[in-house]
Amino acid sequence: MSRFLFPLIGFVVLLGFLAFGLTLKPSEVPSPLIDKPAPAFTLPQLANPGETFSPDAMKGKVWLMNVWASWCFACLEEHPVIRELTTEHGVPVVGLNYKDIRNEAISWLNRHGDSYLVTVSDTQGRVGIDYGVYGVPETFLIDQTGVIRYKHIGPVTHDAVRDTILPMIRELEK
Amino acid sequence: MNRLWLTLISVLIALPSWANNDPAEVRLQGIAAELRCLVCQNESIAASRADLAVDLRQQIREQIQAGKTDSEIRTYMVERYGDFVLYRPPLKTTTVLLWFGPLLLLVFGLLILAITLKRRRSALADKVLSADDLERAQALLGQIKDPGKQP
Repeated sequence: MSRFLFPLIGFVVLLGFLAFGLTLKPSEVPSPLIDKPAPAFTLPQLANPGETFSPDAMKGKVWLMNVWASWCFACLEEHPVIRELTTEHGVPVVGLNYKDIRNEAISWLNRHGDSYLVTVSDTQGRVGIDYGVYGVPETFLIDQTGVIRYKHIGPVTHDAVRDTILPMIRELEK
Repeated sequence: MNRLWLTLISVLIALPSWANNDPAEVRLQGIAAELRCLVCQNESIAASRADLAVDLRQQIREQIQAGKTDSEIRTYMVERYGDFVLYRPPLKTTTVLLWFGPLLLLVFGLLILAITLKRRRSALADKVLSADDLERAQALLGQIKDPGKQP
């Protein structure tokens, strides 16, 4: 009896591990920056490069930094969700235009709508590296003291907004 | 004339082999080969042609020029991308199973082997032949003996 029982138990345990493996997303690497201060930067604004922006300007607010590019298809997919966050829920969202060409970024915003508080140009992708960006789009949730609280990898979905991002923002704003 | 051309072409073909002889580039390759590219996760930063890997190689290059040590550069990467970038993960409480899991499996396997062998031996030793089996065994042994006697 045990001759068949033990291999069967082993097989079931293995199946369990494999089934668990299917639920994991290896493309989503947990960021070591969570609960660390957001790396400082000063970058020119996309609309008027004479002006700069740095995260210090957002002290005292709970805000999102959305990394996007005009060459990124998934960014277009999440764009309506970003608009919903800013217009319907009043969340300040700063755009980080990652490794893009200025004219193309501007015409992308003209075409698809610009609901960002401000968009800054990270032409070389240096700030992207400091934030550990490895796939656009990525979105960072930063609290009043400038600490990164959450990172969303890939396009922000309605579900992610409803179940994770908004509850976290409301909790932080208390 | 042909020989001259052949020499010239050979030299041209061999030319790229000089490219990596710069010690800083060799160091760069060494560091980058131990870092995982996050875009195509089965490739190292040294091997990947993804944009991010190109940027990160440039970062490593600049840091080498700035006089940073290898471990400082690795720390720089880990601070941004986590332990995941290291092909040799550090020994931590979260990676204990990763490091010693295979050893654990080996010990488990040896244990099962030992138990199985011991059980088999005791099963053989304790076996008492029934009267029927004894008779059959003797008959078989007799068959073997007979042909031996004949010649």
